[in-house]
Amino acid sequence: MANQGVNRGRRRFLVAATSVVGGAGVAAVAAPFLASLQPSARAQAAGAPVEFDVAAVEPGQRVSVEWRGQPIWVVRRTDEMVAGLAEVADRLRDPDSEVESQQPEYAQNEYRSRKPEILVVIGICTHLGCSPSYRPEIGDPEMGSDWQGGWLCGCHGSRFDLAGRVYRNMPAATNLVIPRHMYRNDTLLVIGEDEDGEAI
Amino acid sequence: MASNPDTKIQGGVLGWVDARFPLSQMWNEHLAQYYAPKNFNFWYFFGSLALLVLVIQVVSGIFLTMFYKPDAELAFASVEYIMRDVEWGWLIRYMHSTGASMFFVVVYLHMFRALLYGSYKKPRELIWIFGVLIYLVLMAEAFAGYLLPWGQMSYWGAQVIVNLFQTIPYIGPDLVTWIRGDFLLSDATLNRFFALHVIALPLVLIMLVAAHIIALHEVGSNNPDGINIKDHKDENGIPKDGIPFHPYYSVKDLVGVGVFLMVFAVIMFFFPTGGGLFLKADNMIPADPLVTPDLIPPVWYFTSMYSVLRSVPDPFLGVMAMGAAVVMLFFIPWLDRNPVLSMRYRSFAAKFNLAVFVVAFVILGWLGLQQATSEVSEMSLRFSTVYFAFFFVLWFLSKERSMVFSLIAFAVVVGIYSFYDILRFDPDSAGLLMWSWLIPTVYLFVTMVVPAFARGLGRDRAVPERVTS
Repeated sequence: MANQGVNRGRRRFLVAATSVVGGAGVAAVAAPFLASLQPSARAQAAGAPVEFDVAAVEPGQRVSVEWRGQPIWVVRRTDEMVAGLAEVADRLRDPDSEVESQQPEYAQNEYRSRKPEILVVIGICTHLGCSPSYRPEIGDPEMGSDWQGGWLCGCHGSRFDLAGRVYRNMPAATNLVIPRHMYRNDTLLVIGEDEDGEAI
Repeated sequence: MASNPDTKIQGGVLGWVDARFPLSQMWNEHLAQYYAPKNFNFWYFFGSLALLVLVIQVVSGIFLTMFYKPDAELAFASVEYIMRDVEWGWLIRYMHSTGASMFFVVVYLHMFRALLYGSYKKPRELIWIFGVLIYLVLMAEAFAGYLLPWGQMSYWGAQVIVNLFQTIPYIGPDLVTWIRGDFLLSDATLNRFFALHVIALPLVLIMLVAAHIIALHEVGSNNPDGINIKDHKDENGIPKDGIPFHPYYSVKDLVGVGVFLMVFAVIMFFFPTGGGLFLKADNMIPADPLVTPDLIPPVWYFTSMYSVLRSVPDPFLGVMAMGAAVVMLFFIPWLDRNPVLSMRYRSFAAKFNLAVFVVAFVILGWLGLQQATSEVSEMSLRFSTVYFAFFFVLWFLSKERSMVFSLIAFAVVVGIYSFYDILRFDPDSAGLLMWSWLIPTVYLFVTMVVPAFARGLGRDRAVPERVTS
C-alpha cells in the first residue's frame, strides 16, 4: 500500500534538495580544514622589520641579512660595478625595472636602490626560489669576458646583474625583488619597513 | 537435532569464520583459485616485489616515527639521534631510505613490463589507470618524505618543487603560501608534510593498491604472449593455460623475493647512499634558508621529469610540460589502438619505439642530475621531444599507415619542433642545435617513414592461439 501512488516528482525533488543541503554541509565543514593550512597568526606576526648598519660593508662585499627567513643581500657596489650596470642594459630582460611588483617605487631607477652604491635585494631567484651565488668579479672566466659582476643561480642557470636584473633568455622571467626598506640615518638600514609603513 | 540445509557449515574455526566473513572465498578468489597464465617470466616478479617494498616501507616507517620529531628545530638532530643512539636505528633508517629508491626501481620495471606486453590494453585499462595513480601518489609520498630530515637537500629540493606552483598565473603566489603555511618553507611546512607522508598519502596509496589488485583479479592477468587465456577453458571452466596463483606463483615469487632481498641488503649494508643517488652528502648539513647548495639535483627517480621541466625556458610552460609528461601516461590505453598486445608479435617499428622511449627516459634521468649548461639544456629538449613523440608514434603504429599519410604525419611532427628551432636559432650555438636536431628526427624517420617503404618492418606478426611456453 505504501508503494502505491508514488509521487516521482516529489521524490526527485527531495533527493535533489537533500543532496544540495548535504553538499553545502560538506563545503562548510571543508572550509575550516582548508583555511587551517593558511599561515597562522604567529607566522603572520613573525615578519617584523630588521635593522642593519651598512657602514661595515666593504666595497664589493655582499652581506646576507635574514628577514622573514629569507636572505636579504646588502652589497656595497664599487664605482666600477656601478658603471657596469649601464653596460649590460641591452642584454637584460627588464633593464628599466618596468615590472612594478619587483620593487618599490623608490627603487625603480637605474641602480634599483635608494643609494647608488648600496643594493638591498631579496636573495631568492624569481624562477623557483633558490638562492643564487655571488659572482662579483668583472670578466669572471666562468661567466664570460663581458660579465660585469652579478649572480648565477646554480639550480637552473639564471643570471642577474649587480642590480638584481635578470638577463634575457633565462629561466627566471623577472628581476630579483627589492624589499621595502629605508635608512634611519646615513648608514642604518631598516629592511621590511619604509615611509609607508611595514611591508605586507 | 534439525540441521539447516541452507548453510553448509564446515566444522572448526574456519567454518565459524566463513559463516560470518568470506575468508575462504577470498583466499580462493585471489590466491588458490586465481588462475594466472602459466607463461609468466622474469618481468612478472615486480608486481609482488612492489607489494613487498610497500610492506618494508610501512613497517620501517612506523618505527622511524617512534623516534623522529617533526619540528624544524629538532628534526635534523632527531634523525642523527636515530642514526647514532637508537639501537639498530641506522638499520631502520637505511632500510627506509633504500626502500624508497627500490620502490621506484621496482615500479619503473613494473611499468616497463606493462608497456612491453600491452598490459594496459583492453580490458585492463583501469588497472593501468590505478597504476599511474599509484605512481603519482608514490611521487608525492617520496617528495614529502624527503623534506623530513630537514637537511640542505630536503629544504632546497622542496623549495624548488613547491615554487613550481608559483608559476601558475594569478593564484600561484597565494597557492604556494597556502601549501607552505608560511611565507617561506618553515616549521609549518615540515609539520604538514609529516602528516601527509605518515598518514594521508600512505592511506591513499594502500587503497589504490587494493583497487589495482581487485581490478586485476576481475579481468585476469596478462602474459608475455598477450593472449587471453580465458578463450580456452576446459570442461570445468578453468583456463587450459592457467595455473593457480597459489602455490605456483606464490612459490615462484618467493624466489624473486629472495634475490631482491639480497640486492636490497647489499645496498642497505654497503652502499646506503648509492654513491650520492639515494642519499646526498649535502643532506647531512642542516637546512639553512640563507644558503643554497651549488647544485640541487632531485633524487634520481624524479630526474627524468625534472629534465622535461628544465628543457622549457618559460617557467609555467615548463611546469605544464612536466605535468603533461606524467598525465600522458593515463592516455596510453587509448592512444595505442593496435590489437596485438605483446611486443613479441609487434613490428620492428613498435619495438624500436619502445626501446627509444626507455633510452630517452634514462638519458633524461641522467641529464637531470647535471648542472644546467647549454649542452645539457639542449639535450634535455631533444630527449623531451622524443619522450612526447613516443606517445604520438604509439598511436601512429596502431595500424598500417599509407605512404602518403606516413610522410605527411612525419613532416608535420618534425615541422613543429623544427619551427621552434628556427625561432630560437642563434649562430653561436648553431652546431649543437643542428646535430642534436637529428636525435628526434632519426627516431621519427625510423618509426614513421621506414615502415612505409620497407613494409616488413612495420608489420605485426601473427599471434598464436595458445600461450607458447
